[in-house]
Amino acid sequence: MSDFIALENVEKVFEVRRKTGFLKRERREVRAVDALSFTVARGEMVGYIGPNGAGKSTTIKMLTGILTPSGGRLRVAGIDPSRERMRLAHRIGVVFGQRTTLWWDLPLIDSYRLAHRMYRIPDARYRENLDRLVELLDLGGLLDVPVRQLSLGQRMRGDIAAALLHDPEVLYLDEPTIGLDVVSKTKVRDFLRELNTERGTTVLLTTHDLQDIEQLCSRVMVIDHGRLVYDGTLAGLHEAGESERTLVVDLERELPPVEVTAARVVKVEGARQWLAFPAGQSAAPLVADLAARYPLLDLSVREPDIEAVIARMYAEKAVS
Amino acid sequence: MAEESPPAPGTRPGKGEPTGQDTRPGRVTPPGRVVEAVRAYRLIAAMWVRSTMAYRASFAMTTFGNFAATFFDFVAIMLMFSRVDALGGYTLPEVAFLYGLSAVPFGVADLAIGSMERLGRRVRDGTLDTLLVRPAPVLAQVAADRFALRRLGRVTQGTLVLGWSLTRVDIDWTAARLLLMPVMLLSGCAIFCAVFVAGAAFQFVAHDASEVQNSFTYGGTTLLQYPPTVFAKELVRGVTFVLPLAFVNWLPASYVLGRPYPLDVPEWAAFASPLVAAGCCALAGLAWRAGLRSYRSTGS
Repeated sequence: MSDFIALENVEKVFEVRRKTGFLKRERREVRAVDALSFTVARGEMVGYIGPNGAGKSTTIKMLTGILTPSGGRLRVAGIDPSRERMRLAHRIGVVFGQRTTLWWDLPLIDSYRLAHRMYRIPDARYRENLDRLVELLDLGGLLDVPVRQLSLGQRMRGDIAAALLHDPEVLYLDEPTIGLDVVSKTKVRDFLRELNTERGTTVLLTTHDLQDIEQLCSRVMVIDHGRLVYDGTLAGLHEAGESERTLVVDLERELPPVEVTAARVVKVEGARQWLAFPAGQSAAPLVADLAARYPLLDLSVREPDIEAVIARMYAEKAVS
Repeated sequence: MAEESPPAPGTRPGKGEPTGQDTRPGRVTPPGRVVEAVRAYRLIAAMWVRSTMAYRASFAMTTFGNFAATFFDFVAIMLMFSRVDALGGYTLPEVAFLYGLSAVPFGVADLAIGSMERLGRRVRDGTLDTLLVRPAPVLAQVAADRFALRRLGRVTQGTLVLGWSLTRVDIDWTAARLLLMPVMLLSGCAIFCAVFVAGAAFQFVAHDASEVQNSFTYGGTTLLQYPPTVFAKELVRGVTFVLPLAFVNWLPASYVLGRPYPLDVPEWAAFASPLVAAGCCALAGLAWRAGLRSYRSTGS
């Protein structure tokens, strides 16, 4: 019971009916989540990733009590979410990246006042939390602004604050940085890190942005076709997926592909060359080696994209 | 579920944790579900009223529009009476009596929970999920969704028509007839609410069924505004025994007016409205539960 979130062979089967002709329907079972087992300890910060339709949202919906699992055993803080949805609601915070829970036509503060009363947050606690969140999320000048006038980044920060006013023990974030600019992303990430380390809030986030994971999560879980296919560190994921980073170099003039031991040239276009090297490896020796032997003008490193890493993991699994 | 109760606060083997979370201030023991539902409803309805007030001019215009539309509705009936003296044997004040006794309860139900017909939209775009993670009954949240004061327009118009009819209509007031008036209004309101809830429950399954629902709600109230004697027996039978809208006004109002009901029903049926209303609400509640359960097992 020390595990804060515990899933044991959880499954979710949907029955899909498809029209196959006039009045004719074909029934098909879809296993959105299949024999899923994992645990998350209190205070962990976990990235939950996978391609679209892999079962991420279904898992989150079961963890928040929106959906009832078809089988298996699921507990959050000792509570069975689907049976005690309202009791659980007091202990969790949820941020849906693409759907705001804020009141569109009202000043931001009104949404918080509603949470204050709906969650029955004691006055002193509410004021304390509000002050802290306003400061950390930089919402000071925005409280009296109608939500419809906020930028996407401001709204996301507003949504995160709304989900935390009642001191939830776990925060679920679904794509919290989607569509945000770099500055907003940084603000959100800094805040989440602080929330996790200072207050010990357990955080589970789904994302398509590998940098979210890199900067926030010590642990990554990858789900595909409803099954957990990886659970470990991000570095381990790169290793498992044999992912590669790309070094883009601009030379002084057009040259034949450079010859270095630590990387291979994957593309040449005029004076620009693309070099791939294992993601787990430092770029520094490679750069030093290149700079010593070739006339370099400029260079940049590109991170591997998560979809590609997972896709490659799959390709290998299929072969072996 | 007994085997899986959360550990009591403080019994967790020394992990140096802060106090068990259940003891934090503000964790009130859950009061009755109904109290909780009414509280959530009021909180959310108040937010919608404030939202509407962000656009005052628009609010004033739609409220007036709502009133005007229903007003002309009755003007049409008055015009009809400039040509005929009676409709199905009913005089204008009597039709106005029926009209008011249909419009007022419907108006109140529509004002209170009429926006439930938009549930299908919330299911389609997935925003219902945001309601399911709040610590409040979903039915209350959906009922209060988009609460609109402009619907007072219909209630006002219905009340005016009913008031006018009472000054004109010739009723032999007895204690029973007098008592039947508030009973009729309250039961009618409950019956229409039940229809709204049942219709919304149906939208969990058929997401774009709001038109079907409208034919029962708006269609139903329009039907009841005319005397039962002008309709075919089959229709009157259906509205009496199948979808018992007749208990909103037709049956009890016939008794108050001292007019025979076109069907062969015992006299006590005029007083059965509260029972019928309770039955409708119970059925609607069951339908709602089934609908919500189906949503939570399919997610769509």
